Amino acid sequence: MKDDGGLRVSGMRVRYGDLTAVDGVSFTIGKGEILGLVGESGSGKSSVGRALAGLVPYEGDVTGAGPTQMVFQDPYGSLNPRLRIGDAVAEGLGRGGTRAVRKAEGLRLLGLVGLDEGVAGRYPRELSGGQRQRVALARALGARPSLLIADEITSALDVSVQGAVLNLVRELRGRLGLSVLFVSHDLAVVRYVCDAVAVMREGRIVESGTVEHVTEHPGHEYTKALLDAVPRLR
Amino acid sequence: MRTLSARVGLALVAVTLVLAVVGPWVWGEEAVRFDPLHTLEGHSSAHWLGTDDGGRDMLARTLAATRLSVWLAFLATLIGACLGVTLGALPSVLGPRGARAVTAVINGLVAIPVLLLAMFAALVAGTGTTGAVVGIGVASAPGLARLTRTLAAGVEGADYVLAARMLGTGRLRVLTRHVLPNIAEPLILSVTASLGYALLGLATLSLLGLGVRPPEYDWGRLLHDALPRVYVDPEVIAGPALAVAVAGIGFTLVGESLARAAARAPVPPGDGEEADVPLGRSPRPGPSGALLEVRDLTVSFGGVTPVRGVSFGVAPGEVVGIVGESGSGKSLTALAVGGLVPYPGRVRGSVLLEGRPLLSLSRSELGTRLAMVFQDPMAALNPALRVGPQLAETGTVHLGLTRRSALARAVARLERTGVPGARARAHPHELSGGMRQRAVIAMGLMGDPRLIVADEPTTALDATVQRRVLDLLAEINAASGTAALLISHDIAVVSSRCSRVLVMYAGRIVEELPSDALRSARHPYTRALVASVPTLDTDRAEPLATIPGAQPAPSDVPAGCAFAPRCARATSLCTTALPAFESGVACHHPHEERPRAGEEEW
Repeated sequence: MKDDGGLRVSGMRVRYGDLTAVDGVSFTIGKGEILGLVGESGSGKSSVGRALAGLVPYEGDVTGAGPTQMVFQDPYGSLNPRLRIGDAVAEGLGRGGTRAVRKAEGLRLLGLVGLDEGVAGRYPRELSGGQRQRVALARALGARPSLLIADEITSALDVSVQGAVLNLVRELRGRLGLSVLFVSHDLAVVRYVCDAVAVMREGRIVESGTVEHVTEHPGHEYTKALLDAVPRLR
Repeated sequence: MRTLSARVGLALVAVTLVLAVVGPWVWGEEAVRFDPLHTLEGHSSAHWLGTDDGGRDMLARTLAATRLSVWLAFLATLIGACLGVTLGALPSVLGPRGARAVTAVINGLVAIPVLLLAMFAALVAGTGTTGAVVGIGVASAPGLARLTRTLAAGVEGADYVLAARMLGTGRLRVLTRHVLPNIAEPLILSVTASLGYALLGLATLSLLGLGVRPPEYDWGRLLHDALPRVYVDPEVIAGPALAVAVAGIGFTLVGESLARAAARAPVPPGDGEEADVPLGRSPRPGPSGALLEVRDLTVSFGGVTPVRGVSFGVAPGEVVGIVGESGSGKSLTALAVGGLVPYPGRVRGSVLLEGRPLLSLSRSELGTRLAMVFQDPMAALNPALRVGPQLAETGTVHLGLTRRSALARAVARLERTGVPGARARAHPHELSGGMRQRAVIAMGLMGDPRLIVADEPTTALDATVQRRVLDLLAEINAASGTAALLISHDIAVVSSRCSRVLVMYAGRIVEELPSDALRSARHPYTRALVASVPTLDTDRAEPLATIPGAQPAPSDVPAGCAFAPRCARATSLCTTALPAFESGVACHHPHEERPRAGEEEW
C-alpha cells in the first residue's frame, strides 16, 4: 500500500461501554484504492467504517481522510420514505446555487449511477433494492467525498442485482478516483471488487495484503478458514 | 374505518359539528330569552328539559352551547399540540446534553396528574374562559411531548438520518425534512383523539366553576348552574350531560379508530378477487413411493398468488434444493409443505407425506415425521425456557415419554447435533447463533423425522458457522437417511449440498436439474443466475454478469413467461404464452443441453 496522501489509520480503537469493538487497528488506503475489510459478525469491521464516517467516537490517529461519505447495508432503511429520489440525492449538494443548478446536478448524479431521469420524481417505495442502493450511492457522491465507506452494501440484495452494484463501485472508483473502504463478510465479493484486503477478527486485523496474495496464499489460519467456508458451485 | 365503533364515532362527531355550526343561529335567541314567569321549572310541554333561574329554555341553551364548547376544545387541543410537539421536538435540535435535560423535563411533566396540571395552569393564566382553555391545553402537552420524543428518537436512529447528518444537513433541517414528516401520521391521530379529552376536561373545569363565566355559557357551565337542582328536577342536567357524553365519545372513538386503522399493517386483501392463475404444466411429481409429493401447489393471499402451481417430489433419503431470489415463492412453498401458511393465505393443490395428505396427519405425526428449520433460530426457540426442557417437551407431548426419559433424549439429540450436553441447561440467548440453529435442528430430531425442511437455515450465520451447520445436515442425512428440502437464495450453498435443484422464479419452478449440471443449465434464468454469482475464480478483469431489471412482485406477474422481460432470448411468443414444463425446463427457447464450444455465455 503506497503513501500518496491517501487515508492512514493507526491504532484505532472503538469502545462501546466496556466492550472494545475495535482494538488497535492500523491500515492505509491509497488514493483511488479499494480496501476490503473482511470479517465475521462481531469482528469490529462495521465499527471501523462507522468511526471513519464520524458516527461513533474513536481513539487513535486518522490522517488524510478528507470528506467521507457512507452507504449503508439496508437500502430500505437508508432512504427517507417521504422524500422524492431527486430531493434525496440533492441533499448532499448543500444549499449553494439555484434550484435549477441543484436539480441539474442531481440528474447528473443519477446518470452517474446508471439511473434514468424519470426516477427523480419517484418515491423510494417505487424502486427495487438495487435501484435504491444506486440512489444511496448517488446521494453520497453528491458531497464529493474523497473516501467512500461501503458497509455491506450488497448483502441485502439479490444476487442477480448485486453484480450491477459491484460493477458500479469499480467503475466509479476508476472514473472519480475515489478511495473506498469496502466492508463485507463475503470474501468472493471482496476479491472481485477490492485491490487490497484486511481480515479482521475480534477487533484486530489478523492479515492484510493485496487481494491476489491474501486469497491465493493466505498466511493466517483464520483467513484460510474463511476461504474454505466460501460455498462453491459444483 | 369500517368497524362499528368507527361508524358510531363518525356519526356522533357529524351531529356535534352540524349542531356547532347551526346551533347558535337556530336556538341562540331562545337560549338567552329571559322569562321571569317561568324560572327554575322542570319538564313541561313548552320546556322539555325545564328552564334555568332566568326562565331560559335548557334544551335551547344546550344546543346553542355546542359551538362554544367544541370551539374551546379545538383551541385547547391546538395549544396542547403546539406546546407538546414543540417540546417533544426540542431535543432533536439541541446538543446531546440539552436533549437529555429536555427529555428529563418531559418525563417529569408526564408524572404530574393531568387535572392538577390543568387547574394550576388555569389559575396562572387567569380566571374564566382563557384560563380553562390554557389549562386544558397545557395539561395535554406532556403526553404529546413524550409521544413526539419517542417517535422522533425512533426515526433519528434510521440510516437515512445518519446519512443526512454525514451530508452536513443541520439539526433543524433534519427535523423538518426527515423526522417530522415520518412521525406526522401517529401525531395527528393522537391529537384527534385528544380532542375528546379536551372537551371533557373543559366541561369539568367549567363544572367546577373554573371555566366559562356568565353571560357566556358552555356545557360545563350549564351543568354547574343546574347541578344544585339535580335532586329536584334531574331532567335539567340531562341536556348538557348528554351533549358532553355524545361529543366526547364521538371524538375519542374517531381518534382511536384512526389510530387502530393506521397501526394495522397493510394486510393483504382478505376477500379480494381470487386471481385465476394459469398453472402451466409443472414438473412431474416424483416417482411413486416418494417421501414427499407436492402437486399443483398454489398459495394465494386474496388477489395475490405468490406460489403458482408447483409440483415436485422428494425420494426417501434424498436432499433436494430449491433456489430462488426474494419474491420467488420458495419460502411460502416451504411453509405450505409444513402446513404453516399464515392466515389469510389459501393453499390449493396437494401435499402428500409418505403418500398421505398433509391434512390427514395428526399434529403428533406431523411433529415427529417432519422437522422444520427456519432462518432465525431465536424465533423458533422460547427465550424463557432452558434449551433442554424445551426440546424435551416434544418428547412428552408427541412421543408420550416421561419427563426424565424425554430430557435424556433431548440431551442425546443436542449432543448429536454438536451442542455439548451441559448446554441443555442454557437459555437460548446464552448460545451463539450457530449453537441455536443446532438446537433447533436437535428439536426437529426429537421425533424420527423422515424429512427436514430447512428454509434459509444458515443465511443469518457467519460463513464458517454456516459450513458446519450444513455439514451437520449432510451428516444426519448420511447417518439416518433423513431426506431434506433445502431452500436458499444462495445457489452455491444449494448446489454444494443437494443432489437435485429446483429453480423458482415468480412463483413457478422454471427448471429442475442435477446440481452438478447447473453450469450447463438450459433455462436462461438459471444460467444467468449462475453466471452472476461471484466466486473465488471469477475473472476480475471483466465486469460481473448481471441480469437487467428485477423479478416481478407476486402481484404483477405478467402473462406468458415471467422472465421474458429480462431475457435476451425472449421472443413475442414468450410474452404471450406460458411455457410448459417439459423435460426439466419451462422455456420456449432453452439453451442446448451442453454448451457448444465457443457458444456465447450469458
